[in-house]
Amino acid sequence: MKKIATGNKAVAEAVKQVQPAVVAAYPITPQTEIVEQIAEFVSSGELKSRYIPVESEHSAMAACIGASITGVRTFTATSSHGLLYMHEMTNWAAGARLPVVMANVNRSIGPGWNIWAEHTDAMQERDTGWLQVYVSTVQEAYDATLMAFRIAEDNEVLLPVMVNLDGFTLSHIMQPLDTVEIGDFIPPMHLPHAIDPKNPAGYGGLTGPDQHFKFRWDIERSMRDSVKIIGATEKEFANRFGRKYGFTEDYWCDDADVVVVSMGTLGKEAEVAIDILRKEGVRAGSMRLRWLRPFPDLDLKGKEIVVIDRDYSFGFGGILAKSIQAQQKTDVFSVIAGLGGQEVTYEDIADFIRKRRIGEELWFGVNDHV
Amino acid sequence: MTMYEIRIHSRGGQGGVTAARLLALSAIHDGKYATACPFYGAERRGAPVVSFVRINETPIKIYSQIKKPDMVVVLDTSVMDVVDVLHGLKHGGKVLLNSANKKEFAGFFTSHVDLTGIALRENLVVAGSPILNTPVLGALAKMGIISVDSAKQSIREMFTDERNVKAAEAAYMEMSA
Repeated sequence: MKKIATGNKAVAEAVKQVQPAVVAAYPITPQTEIVEQIAEFVSSGELKSRYIPVESEHSAMAACIGASITGVRTFTATSSHGLLYMHEMTNWAAGARLPVVMANVNRSIGPGWNIWAEHTDAMQERDTGWLQVYVSTVQEAYDATLMAFRIAEDNEVLLPVMVNLDGFTLSHIMQPLDTVEIGDFIPPMHLPHAIDPKNPAGYGGLTGPDQHFKFRWDIERSMRDSVKIIGATEKEFANRFGRKYGFTEDYWCDDADVVVVSMGTLGKEAEVAIDILRKEGVRAGSMRLRWLRPFPDLDLKGKEIVVIDRDYSFGFGGILAKSIQAQQKTDVFSVIAGLGGQEVTYEDIADFIRKRRIGEELWFGVNDHV
Repeated sequence: MTMYEIRIHSRGGQGGVTAARLLALSAIHDGKYATACPFYGAERRGAPVVSFVRINETPIKIYSQIKKPDMVVVLDTSVMDVVDVLHGLKHGGKVLLNSANKKEFAGFFTSHVDLTGIALRENLVVAGSPILNTPVLGALAKMGIISVDSAKQSIREMFTDERNVKAAEAAYMEMSA
């Protein structure tokens, strides 16, 4: 049956398919609908998870960590300040090599108080050892959530995965959704270092300088290994369910002189800008970055690059722009746009490309002349 | 067909978001692509709100707000005292008013139907408020935006109470330009 769903509902539908043993979450705008829907699934018996309505996001991640270390599948969802409140525990989940899956509904950080889309919340988690994927449609929110469990739990990865969707813009829009029966697409979880609650024991968690260093390197090694696991998982997903995904979604990039790079829903809106520019004879393309961690090798050689950041690192620059500049060893036109849910249209994006000033930074609507 | 864009005006709590959802779902059942989104501001019950629906033959990539709609639907005409519901409406665009009375706007095609009256007649009232979002589908089908079959199917998928379908049928019959 053809369905229509919001981004939030799509995430909850995916969680229902995957049947994690434990869901621990605390509601926060604009993520609330995810946990409400999961609670409904649990109450109706469609989802046989233990749902733990915790008193805070820090506790939500702590509960997922506690459950995950016993070798069972776990899920949580949050947004903005909730994610920041988890920060100590997100580091713990990655360091303890626990494949927790989390949906983060991207929302700005206050003050000033603001509930709308921005990527700064997830960007502040980018160095914790979590894999991060950013989605652009309701269907992709569903598909990426399914794949997140398989990737996280793969024994060559064993790192937590965060699925990011833009607050309201994607979390609350209603679009067509095709749900699937996953069958054996996600194998049963096997955690090699699981503890057995029936056989209690005490473990000393202290690691000296030598061991600690090796554990850190081990996270990085798995992060690098995750590149091929992500690729294989997305390929297998396409074979089974017919929808293709990659590290980036490239639109008219092959022969492009200039490519605009962005993440989330802006990356879809950018494709409409490319259609307009191509009609004007401008050889432009759009590259929507899906995976921020592991950060992929981007194929941008010989192209002028425009980067849209829905985030900022104060005193440094747009985080995506700076990352791409460093990787490509070339200057880019850095556009800071869409913070706090600022409206950015395909016409605006077409203008960013038309009036690009390589090597400069533009705060859209603040100091711009486009 | 190129992209068809519809803006729905209502007040918080009147079901404008559900109307948008039902309209998009009906278009999907017609074999088209559709998206529906509310504009989330600092709204609360009773405040004027808007929802957007886009209908297209191909997947819809646009997330920004609709600025030049092809059609506006006004579920509560009292918002017209405080909101310019015609703002940005394309020349020759359509207006659908929930009203028993005919009203003309120069340059636009205006239709009206008494959705509130239909809801009260069918006893479609929840918490003291008449339900407008299911009957309005009948009027939208009459205007050719969606098919009658898809409208009924969408209503039945969301609501078990058959009075919703009856109300939509009544709106289909009673709508006039």
